[in-house]
Amino acid sequence: MNDITHLIQLLTVLLLAVFVGFEVISKVPTTLHTPLMSATNAIHGIVFIGAILVVGTLFVGPTSPLLAIISVAALTLGAINVFGGFAVTERMLQMFKKKEGPRS
Amino acid sequence: MSVALNLANLVAVALFIYGLHQLNSPPTARAGNRLAMVGMAIALVSTLLQTQGIGWWAILVGVILGGAIGIVAALRVKMTAMPQMVALYNGAGGGAAALISTLEFFVLASGNGENAVVSVSLVLSAIIGCLSFAGSIIAFLKLQELMTGRPITYPGQQVVNAVILLAILGLAGWFIATLGTMPILAFLGLLLCSLLLGILFVLPIGGADMPVVISLLNSFTGLAVAVTGFEINSPLLIICGALVGASGTLLTVMMGKAMNRPLTNVLFGAFGSGGGSEPAAGSGGPQQIRSASADDVAIMLAYAAKVIFVPGYGMAVAQAQHSVKALGDQLEKRGVKVLYAIHPVAGRMPGHMNVLLAESNVPYEQLLDMEDANPEFPTTDVALVIGANDVTNPAARNVKSSPIYGMPILDVDKAANVIVLKRSMRSGFAGIDNPLYEMPNTSMLFGDAKASVDALTAAVKAL
Repeated sequence: MNDITHLIQLLTVLLLAVFVGFEVISKVPTTLHTPLMSATNAIHGIVFIGAILVVGTLFVGPTSPLLAIISVAALTLGAINVFGGFAVTERMLQMFKKKEGPRS
Repeated sequence: MSVALNLANLVAVALFIYGLHQLNSPPTARAGNRLAMVGMAIALVSTLLQTQGIGWWAILVGVILGGAIGIVAALRVKMTAMPQMVALYNGAGGGAAALISTLEFFVLASGNGENAVVSVSLVLSAIIGCLSFAGSIIAFLKLQELMTGRPITYPGQQVVNAVILLAILGLAGWFIATLGTMPILAFLGLLLCSLLLGILFVLPIGGADMPVVISLLNSFTGLAVAVTGFEINSPLLIICGALVGASGTLLTVMMGKAMNRPLTNVLFGAFGSGGGSEPAAGSGGPQQIRSASADDVAIMLAYAAKVIFVPGYGMAVAQAQHSVKALGDQLEKRGVKVLYAIHPVAGRMPGHMNVLLAESNVPYEQLLDMEDANPEFPTTDVALVIGANDVTNPAARNVKSSPIYGMPILDVDKAANVIVLKRSMRSGFAGIDNPLYEMPNTSMLFGDAKASVDALTAAVKAL
């Protein structure tokens, strides 16, 4: 496995994602800024999946109580981020429901 | 990594991006959030299948505990408290990133070290995650008013911050040089220094700048997550983190622009620390200030041709959005044209006012951005300022010494009459006096925003 090639691949992915992030966001109207911030906040809740992946590799061998506690803490915080983030966004956007908007 | 997992992640990423795209317009915004949720569910399930049940109990505890806390808090919180909720969840994400790095560190410390990429990304994710976690907690405490919203400053602040930053850089350098096999105590010191810097970084920032800070911290967490992706070799985390990092940065810059203040000024300026005098309501404030009764104001409103409501944080605090909508309906029944002027940083988050007014079913078409609202004021009979202060302060236009000089404001003073609904003569969140209140065409209606608006509605109805 070539580490440098792999790193460059990952950096390419990072760069493209940054550009997509800028493009997708730059059209959002002020009205939706708060829900948007909340939605992106929920999306970085993907860190929860990162926690699952790490715990998955960690618990293959013998574990110490300390590692178990840190794992549970990481998973809990990640879950708060992802579940709470989406729930709050959903609640905010409910306010935009059944409106006589220009296009709905 | 199996093919199925990679494919599932690809679908998830596509859903995230398309979901964010749908958040561009109000009619599709909900669908956008739902798509992102589906994407997250797909990524989650495929990842769980991949783990083959390793550490299942820890994952189960995390899901139940974190999921319950997150969802229950999200459903219970009042609409006015949304900004600090976002800050809190954002902090949780940052904390999770830092803890993942801590776990990885213990793995590295017990082995022979790892390659440079893992070491660098591990230490970065730990630092940024801690910064974001601690900073978000302080932002939450400030907005929840569990601590003062005023900037907290002390002499030598910048020096202290610089010293801590140097310590962090030194420890990070040590960590990278030893490929992650430094003593545990040194790593804990690195985490503590990063937490401390996060706290000290947000403390001197005043409440008026909090929207910018939350947005910035949101992008910090995105960055931490992206770096975590390098650490554990997960393109999924890299993409999502980068998406959020980029969007958060853009949003932060947009807000900085709205306030016409460079970001460095927001972060290191600690404005409002000068503090204005705070005469209490009715107890011998400056003489030029005129206060009006609800009946006077009601007559003025009822016989106006065009009225613009200018909501601010006071409306949010008093939960007055439904009352405001009722007053608007009442006026429209009498043939008055009713508009709402929304300053980009009114309230404590961008779009804060829009969310509240949408909750009370105000049609989008009546909500005007600052650019659209300002040309309307000169032809407006009454501008009704409901708990907004700094965003209407004419000092931003013409007083060079004012800390908010240069910030674009709503030109409410150009309206024929200005009515300001306010609890007292206390200065706004930025802690500066507002000359608007002493202008000849301005009258004050003191009291809680909701009570005042309800009184106005009743008085208009009775006419």
